[in-house]
Amino acid sequence: MNIVVLVKQVPDSGAERNLRSDDSTVDRGSASNVINEMDEYAIEEALRIREAHGGEVTVLSMGPAGAAESIRKALSMGPDGAVHVVDDALHGSCAVATSKVLAAALRTLSPDLVLCGAESTDGRVQVVPHMLAERLGVAALTGARKLTVDGGTLTVERQTEEGYEVVTAPAPAVVSVWDTINEPRYPSFKGIMAAKKKPLRTLALADLGIPADEVGLAGATSAVVEHSQRPPRSGGQKITDGGDGGVRLVEFLAAEKFV
Amino acid sequence: MAEVLVVVETTGAVGAAGGYGVKKVTLEMLTLARELGEPAAVVFGAPGGAQELGAKLGEYGAVKVYAAEGEQITAHLVAPKATVLAELIRRVQPAAVLIGSTQEGKEIAGRVAVKLDNGLLTDVVALAADGTATQVAFAGSTIVKSRVTRGLPLVTVRPNSVTPTPAPAAAPAVEAVAVALGENDTLARVVERVAEQKGTRPELTEANVVVSGGRGVGSADNFKLVEEIADLLGGAVGASRAATDSGFYPHQFQVGQTGKTVSPQLYVALGISGAIQHRAGMQTSKTIVAVNKDPEAPIFELADFGVVGDLFKVVPQAAEEIRKRT
Ligand SMILES: Cc1cc2nc3c(=O)[nH]c(=O)nc-3n(C[C@H](O)[C@H](O)[C@H](O)COP(=O)(O)OP(=O)(O)OC[C@H]3O[C@@H](n4cnc5c(N)ncnc54)[C@H](O)[C@@H]3O)c2cc1C
Ligand SMILES: Nc1ncnc2c1ncn2[C@@H]1O[C@H](COP(=O)(O)O)[C@@H](O)[C@H]1O
Repeated sequence: MNIVVLVKQVPDSGAERNLRSDDSTVDRGSASNVINEMDEYAIEEALRIREAHGGEVTVLSMGPAGAAESIRKALSMGPDGAVHVVDDALHGSCAVATSKVLAAALRTLSPDLVLCGAESTDGRVQVVPHMLAERLGVAALTGARKLTVDGGTLTVERQTEEGYEVVTAPAPAVVSVWDTINEPRYPSFKGIMAAKKKPLRTLALADLGIPADEVGLAGATSAVVEHSQRPPRSGGQKITDGGDGGVRLVEFLAAEKFV
Repeated sequence: MAEVLVVVETTGAVGAAGGYGVKKVTLEMLTLARELGEPAAVVFGAPGGAQELGAKLGEYGAVKVYAAEGEQITAHLVAPKATVLAELIRRVQPAAVLIGSTQEGKEIAGRVAVKLDNGLLTDVVALAADGTATQVAFAGSTIVKSRVTRGLPLVTVRPNSVTPTPAPAAAPAVEAVAVALGENDTLARVVERVAEQKGTRPELTEANVVVSGGRGVGSADNFKLVEEIADLLGGAVGASRAATDSGFYPHQFQVGQTGKTVSPQLYVALGISGAIQHRAGMQTSKTIVAVNKDPEAPIFELADFGVVGDLFKVVPQAAEEIRKRT
């Protein structure tokens, strides 16, 4: 099976994150950048499918030049090669444009299966997988906590509010995974060394036949008007339990009319 | 006045008529929609659902209900809904389209955005009459105002952002919408829906009160303490990732960056340290209360009322005190 895994580099969610003051795009310069956590689960799932059914795993990422670092890190887990879509004109792309670029790159790779994370931690939009499926005319099975590949049929189990559901679709399809699906492996020393030699191809917009004014800030379908830091919560009361902590807690709740 | 389409989020058995309910976020969206135009609800589901929900939707100002119902809708994931909605948008040219910021809601919105080459704003907490939307980004630390610059305002609304207020319209007319699908819309088929036992507690993202437990709760069995307080306060139960990963509580109740985002009137954190990824899911709660034995726990930076102490002493005492008072 020819699998493409989508990997996005994002600012570390454990550090302070900001929008830039000049153009209101995500500040990818100051915070340390990492692989979007859920994408690591997608990589792991791709490797497991390759182990069981054979085939190739290719990492695809759209992002600034610095994203190459995360792509190498992804390769060190075990994929065979990577494609990096990088172009200055992409800076500030909205989800609609991002999906246009990723879909064009995917067409050049003709995968049987596209695996990705269920959401990215910077945007948290959860829309790219379905946008890609829409553009490619294939099914999207999202939020998988379990994936089985049986010949050309993909079956996914996904959590719902009420319980869970089992959904199926023919390959090729886009499958997004939740962090309950597996436990991603750590790159081994050998894997890290091997990653340095794996093919990493870069593609520019021109290679994909997409005009620069359809992406980036110029082609964005939405715009930030203004942004500000939310005022920090003003410090409340903190008491140390001296035997009546539970009662005092309820007194507070009663004063606030919750009891 | 132009219509404002509101995609109805329902509770209850999908695919089966009867027992349908309207999620609170739907009423919030209708309340918002009234500021922008004439609210028109869009109901997807099994036949009869729209009829069943009509009265409730009318109570919150829906002047019309579009019904797209049947097997074609319920047997597949979101693609058919997006196709129907995009066609409806082309036809009625609404002033705005509001969809719940749930997984399914965002997915429908994403597909519609591509079909119509239209901008999309997710996790919106307020929407002005001129289409300017307010979003909360980066774990609630940043407030962003933005606008769709191509197409009409297509937004997904985060639950618990608006206080739903009734504004009865005359009983809304139900108009059946043709479901004309493309061949790719039915590729993803639902083969099984398994309903797991659902108690009487409110849904996590919609609850007015959420009581969450963390690693400090110590075991699945001890989560009964968390449930007890939740039930006494009429709230939902949540959990930190450490608690769900340790198997103390099921994953779907995880609050935080990789779990649910909640914004209740009251959030109670028991034995939770308050890591940034946990805060991402709860920091816009109105009132926050915490019990933790570590005085340095970051959760206290957020708490309006914090008790430094052993939760196994503080929580049972609190439960007892609530019972005394009610
Ligand atoms: C990419 C990423 C995504 C993540 N997403 C999420 C997410 O969605 N949600 C989430 O919650 N976390 C998430 N995390 C994990 C997060 O960083 C923390 O590890 C997690 O929130 C810790 O959970 P906790 O507070 O329950 O556990 P701990 O940090 O271990 O805290 C337990 C607390 O309980 C207190 N305690 C112990 N015993 C008692 C007692 N008897 N009485 C009172 N207090 C007691 C301790 O003092 C301590 O403060 C994510 C992490 C990453 C890297
Ligand atoms: N720029 C990108 N490059 C590669 N993959 C991406 C990119 N943006 C989003 N994705 C993928 O789409 C998933 C969902 O992202 P989102 O819709 O932004 O929440 C992510 O987990 C990634 O796998």
